[in-house]
Amino acid sequence: MTLVDATQDYRSSVRAWLTAHAPGPAAGLTPDEQLRRAREFQAALYAAGYAGITWPTEVGGQGLGTAEQQVFSEEAAEFELPTYPFIIGMGMCGPTIVDLGTPEQKQRSLPKLLRGEEIWCQLFSEPGAGSDVASLQTRAVRDEDGWVVNGQKVWTTNAQWADYGALLARTDPDRPKHAGLTMFIVDMRDPGVTVRPLKDMSGRAPFNEVYFDDVRIPEDAVIGEVNRGWQAAVTMLGHERVSIGATRRPRSNPLEFASLVELARHEGVAAEPTQRERLAELYAHERALELFNARMRQEAAAGNPPGARGSVAKLAGALLLRRAIETASELGGADAVAWDPDDARAAELALGINSAPASSIAGGTNEVQRNIIGERILGLPKEPQVDRDLPFRELKIGTQRQGGVG
Amino acid sequence: MKLVLEPEQQELRSTVRKFLADRSPSAKVREAMASDRGYDARVWNQMAGLGVLGLVVPDELGGAGAGQVERAVVLEELGRVLTPSPFLASAVLATDALLALDDDAARTELLPRLATGELVGTVAVAEGGAGWDRQGGATTATARRGSWELAGTKTLVLTGDTADLVLVYARTPDGPGWFAVDADASGLTRRALTGLDPTRRLARLTFDATPARALASADPAAALDLVADLAAVALAAEQVGGLQRAMELTVDYAKVRVQFGRLIGSYQAVKHGCADMYSAWEHAVSVLRYAAWVADHDRAELPLAAALAQTYIGPAYFAAATGTVQYHGGVGYTWEHDAHLYYKRAKSSELLFGGPALHRTRLADRLGV
Repeated sequence: MTLVDATQDYRSSVRAWLTAHAPGPAAGLTPDEQLRRAREFQAALYAAGYAGITWPTEVGGQGLGTAEQQVFSEEAAEFELPTYPFIIGMGMCGPTIVDLGTPEQKQRSLPKLLRGEEIWCQLFSEPGAGSDVASLQTRAVRDEDGWVVNGQKVWTTNAQWADYGALLARTDPDRPKHAGLTMFIVDMRDPGVTVRPLKDMSGRAPFNEVYFDDVRIPEDAVIGEVNRGWQAAVTMLGHERVSIGATRRPRSNPLEFASLVELARHEGVAAEPTQRERLAELYAHERALELFNARMRQEAAAGNPPGARGSVAKLAGALLLRRAIETASELGGADAVAWDPDDARAAELALGINSAPASSIAGGTNEVQRNIIGERILGLPKEPQVDRDLPFRELKIGTQRQGGVG
Repeated sequence: MKLVLEPEQQELRSTVRKFLADRSPSAKVREAMASDRGYDARVWNQMAGLGVLGLVVPDELGGAGAGQVERAVVLEELGRVLTPSPFLASAVLATDALLALDDDAARTELLPRLATGELVGTVAVAEGGAGWDRQGGATTATARRGSWELAGTKTLVLTGDTADLVLVYARTPDGPGWFAVDADASGLTRRALTGLDPTRRLARLTFDATPARALASADPAAALDLVADLAAVALAAEQVGGLQRAMELTVDYAKVRVQFGRLIGSYQAVKHGCADMYSAWEHAVSVLRYAAWVADHDRAELPLAAALAQTYIGPAYFAAATGTVQYHGGVGYTWEHDAHLYYKRAKSSELLFGGPALHRTRLADRLGV
């Protein structure tokens, strides 16, 4: 059997299984019922051999390659699967523990992740540490049998459900900012952990703020090595890029070309030359990005992983969304300004407009992506970094600035 | 759909790149663009020797029997270094027209000579409006005593001042048709135009009772559409090569130019501009590979892919070339630096086959909007 046949077989099995087992619509379910439905589906995925496709078999994974993962992601995009509570655990924390965890950590955590028994979150960003995440201030201080954590994290996806988190904290403020961090597994059920929903500009609250107040962490909860948390974070962010890259866009998206053509027809402007040109231009950018992603996948399959070129796709996706909301709002016209409270189409358009800025910020701002492209791909020189080699304690950042600014 | 080049196609690219680095460096490009002919005939003959002029011509007609993907590779390299040459006129337009028509005799007689470069061909369709008129414009072909005569004016004819053979699209009482005219035909006046892009020679051709040979075609307008779509893809390949080089010049300069005590490439204002050029290039290459693959393997999708290629790539190249001048600052505005040659090539190419608005409208048509 050729490689193509094998992939085709795999695709058929995935499709058949998803068709038979994808859960029905979640409409009308309470949040608790939705979460239970998600856990049951993850357990079913594991039982069928579709959880942890690229994870090694000795930790309960399938030991397959990125080609199979890609096939699964493509097929999964045809369904509305309730995998959202598990994306951080399966896409980022789990793979990092596979890479860096101790045998005990793997044994304890990975099977439960795979079976949907535990939900994980990632605790990196802070109010004072966004693009410059290495400047974070959450402290972990040693005591006799472990560590005590105090601080605040923000933009934490899935923290409201999470059992565990991968926490990046400062363990040595006398070293430069990148060299004094450690990654820990933290028990999110600890009484010192407070999770508060964070309402974003779209009016929804898909993220959280997380507060740590004298939270005790045992010695064996360090992922990797003490003061080598930055390296662990880079490993995890690498998995995040792969995870985002593998995500296929859902079948229907109100801001994609096909939906906007419908909007144009609904508004009666589909024959206007200006709007036709606008739609064609949007299509060109949308299609160009699809083709770029397809080309990167073909290169990856031939043994050339995309590396930093993932930043090109991330940046282009954010810019495409801006272009799409421009087009959508021109097409929507007055209907994008005000609408009847029961007009779902107009409400969806407004939500699209109001949530678009997220894609230019989350997962690395457009500016950070352009720095990555400029420095790692094109080899342009970095900006002078004034704080890179100074002990963290001496930096005027975050709350350490107090008194410095009048 | 294949979006990455095969090893042989990559080899072709390095062969052509090496050849052009050797025979067509900037100084030679400038010499050629200032010459009477507008291109260096020796370089043209050497390209023929490389076997790249007949890439899409079948073996039995003296070509290489390769495809659009290979031809796009060559065009990318020509576009990278702005080599003035009749390639787009002869190895693209005239060759594609003969292949699209149904005139076996003309094909057998002319294609082998186009493939060896001994004959330089071109196509005359445009008359000054936006794009190409499927009716043949105002140029008429009239039957006289068993032969044909042309009357009218065509413009933006690539290499039109020196080509040996002109394939003219003209109107007849029974609809449009294709006609072959020899360079020395009576009543043919050829006037070299002054172009925005000094590296590309364009001419206006006037026909006054000019004898012409009718070329057999079951559907001349369909042949024109095919020639136009393949030309859009070919031009896109040139544009991608130019975009890449314009980006490289800018990035290289940003790594050596110091102002305010720092390399300018360390400033985000410059770095981010370079990143945007790189992103545009990655997308443009992807669109080009798709369009060239479609030209070889899926002719039903070609009209869409061709319109997509010009809609995306034309403006992207001009934006990048504008950045090349801008980020070079004063030196980028001098005649001596090559930045202006990319700027002019990019703008001229964007408009050559009708302009961005026409390509967007065509894309909308083909998307069923």
